[in-house]
Amino acid sequence: MRMYVESAGLLGPGLVGWAQSRAVLTGGAPHVPDAVTLTAHGALPPIERRRVCESVKLALSVGMEAVTASGRAPDGIATIFVSAGGDGAVIHEICEALARPEREVSPTRFHNSVHNAPAGYWSIAARSHAPSTSLCAHEWSFAAGLLEASGQLTDGTEALLLVSYDLPYPPPLSSAAPITGVLGAALLLLRERSAACVAQLELKLEATPGRATRLQAPSLEALRAGNATGRALPLLQALAAPSATEVVLDYLGTGSLALQVAPC
Amino acid sequence: MNPLTLSAYTLTTSLGVGLQANLDALRDRRTGLAPCAFETARLDTWVGQVPDAMLAPVRSDLAPFDCRNNRLAQLALRQDAMEQALADARLRYGPERIGVVVGTSTSGILSTELAYRRRDSAGALPADFDYACTHNHYSLGRFLRAYLGLHGPATVVSTACSSSAKVFGSAARMIAAGLCDAALVGGADSLCLTTLYGFGSLELLSKLPCRPYDRQRDGISIGEGAGFGLLERTPGSAHGASVRLLGVGESSDAYHMSTPHPEGAGARIAMQAALTSAGLRAEQIDYINLHGTGTRANDASEARAVFDLFGERTPCSSTKGWTGHLLGACGIAAAILCALSLREGFLPGSANTRELDPALRVRYLIQNQPMAPQRVMCNAFGFGGSNCSVVLGCA
Repeated sequence: MRMYVESAGLLGPGLVGWAQSRAVLTGGAPHVPDAVTLTAHGALPPIERRRVCESVKLALSVGMEAVTASGRAPDGIATIFVSAGGDGAVIHEICEALARPEREVSPTRFHNSVHNAPAGYWSIAARSHAPSTSLCAHEWSFAAGLLEASGQLTDGTEALLLVSYDLPYPPPLSSAAPITGVLGAALLLLRERSAACVAQLELKLEATPGRATRLQAPSLEALRAGNATGRALPLLQALAAPSATEVVLDYLGTGSLALQVAPC
Repeated sequence: MNPLTLSAYTLTTSLGVGLQANLDALRDRRTGLAPCAFETARLDTWVGQVPDAMLAPVRSDLAPFDCRNNRLAQLALRQDAMEQALADARLRYGPERIGVVVGTSTSGILSTELAYRRRDSAGALPADFDYACTHNHYSLGRFLRAYLGLHGPATVVSTACSSSAKVFGSAARMIAAGLCDAALVGGADSLCLTTLYGFGSLELLSKLPCRPYDRQRDGISIGEGAGFGLLERTPGSAHGASVRLLGVGESSDAYHMSTPHPEGAGARIAMQAALTSAGLRAEQIDYINLHGTGTRANDASEARAVFDLFGERTPCSSTKGWTGHLLGACGIAAAILCALSLREGFLPGSANTRELDPALRVRYLIQNQPMAPQRVMCNAFGFGGSNCSVVLGCA
C-alpha cells in the first residue's frame, strides 16, 4: 500500500513546529526538551476556545500546522485522530467527582471526555463535514492510524489528515498509565503524488515483532519509547531529510509495520 | 463499495442474551428498561441493564482483562455459534488474515471509577488496578484478539455513539486494502457512572422509559449491550441467514460537541453517502432503524434529515425504547436488529411512543409490522457531531 506525505506538524518538548524540529530530528540542532505551551487554536469560535481541554489544543495545533503547510483548505479533508488514551486530566476530574458523595460531573468535562473530542472540535474549527474517525490501539495507535489511512486512500479519498496526540496523565492515574512528555504529530497524506510531496511511503505488515526503529539521541528515544505518539518520531526523522530508508514500527505486540520511505 | 457478507452475527442487550431472546422480546413487545438500580447510582432514570449475575468473569487465562465491559463482550461472543464461526474463519483464512475492528465509547472506565473509591491515604490507586487491560479503549480489541487467537490488524473505533457503526467502514476498507480477508466487527458498551451522571449533568436523562419521536419525549434511557459480526468477502452460508453489507456513509456535523445540527445537516450527508456507497436511491431503502434517542434535539434533527432525503414514505423506527441507548454499542445493535428484520421479514415498532410528534414528518412505526424488506439502513450519531449510516441487504 502506497501513500504520499505532503506536509507535517509536530509539537513536543524541544520540538516546536515542523520547521524547527527538522533540524533537531536530523541532528543539525541540539534537542532541548523544554516544557510545551498549549493554546486553543484561533480557528475555534471564542466560546469553544474556552471549553477545550489540553488534548484538544495539542491535536488541533499540529493538525492545523500540517494543513496550513499544505496550502489546502481544511474543510474538505477527511481526518483520523489517534491517541493511546485520550485526555487523562478530563478522566481524572470525572473519576474524582464520581468518588465524592455529591457526584457532580461538569457537563463540559463530560462531552470533552469522549475519545473523539479533538475530532469534534476540529470539525467546528475547520467547518468540515468531511468524514472523521478516532481510533485507539493503545501504544500502537499511530501504526493503527497509518493503516486506517491506507484503507481510506485505497477507498478513493484523495487527501486526509492523520493526527496523533498523547500527553501525561495526572496522578494518581499517571502511575497506572505512565506517559512521557506532551507530544502531537500530524501528517497530510495523499492518494496520489503532488508537486509538493516530500516523500512516498510503502506500508507492509509483518509478523515479526521487536524490530522497531529507534532514535540515537537519548532524549528523543525517551519520547519515542515513553509516548505512543513518539512512535511516529523515527518516521518524522526520515521525512525531515528524505532519503530512501526503512522505518519499522511495533504493531500490537505481535508484529511490525514496515514503512519504505522514498523522497519524492 | 464492493458488498461484503455478514456471515454470522450475535447481539446481547437488556432484552436478552443472543439473537433469539432479542427477537422474542421485540415480537412480544417487552422492553428491557427498568428503574435504575445500577451499582451505587442514585438517579431518577431508567436503564437497560444486563443482569450482573449473567456477566461471568473473563476466561481465566485473560484475567487481567476482567471488567464489566469485557465480561459483556465475552457473554455476547459466546452466543449464536459466533465463536465457532470465528474458529472456522481462522482455519479458512489463517489467524493473521482476520482483523478485529470494534467500537466502544467508555470501554472499562467503570474499573477506574471503582479504583478511585479505593485510593489509599496517600491518594494512590489500588495495586490490582490494570488501566491498559480494562479502562483503555483498546482493551476491548486486545481482549477479543487474544480470546479468539486472531493475529490480524486490530483497532478500536471510539467516536462516542457512532463508534460501532463506523467499524463497518473501517473493516470494509481494511479488507479492500488487502490488510485482511475477514474481520470481526461489533462493539460493546457497559453501564458506568461516567455516562449516567454525565448525561444527567447535561439534563438529557428521561425520568421515564425513553419515548423516541413522541411529542412528550424528554431524554434518553441508557442501556448496555454488545454485538458482533463476521464480515467477509465470500458469501459464507455455512451458518445460514447471512446478510450483505452494501454501503457505509460517514460525516461530521461541524456544529456543537453535544447537540446535533438543528437541520440534520450532518445526518443527511451521512445517509446520502451511505446510499451513494451502496449505489442505491432513497426509494430503494425499505426501512430505517433510526438513531432515535428520545431527546428533543436528536429526534428533531434526524427526522428533518430523513424527511429531506426520504420524504414521508419510508417506514422507520427507533428501537431504543426497547434496549435503551447503548451509546458506543448502539450502531452494532441497530445493524444486527436490521439483519433480523431482513431475516425474519418483520419491522420492529417503537416502545413507549404513544403520541407521535407531528413536527417530525416521517413514517414512524409504533406497532410491529410484518414486511420482508430487501434493503435497510441504520443510523448512529454521536457527540462531536460524528455521524454514520449503514446499508444492509438480503444475501
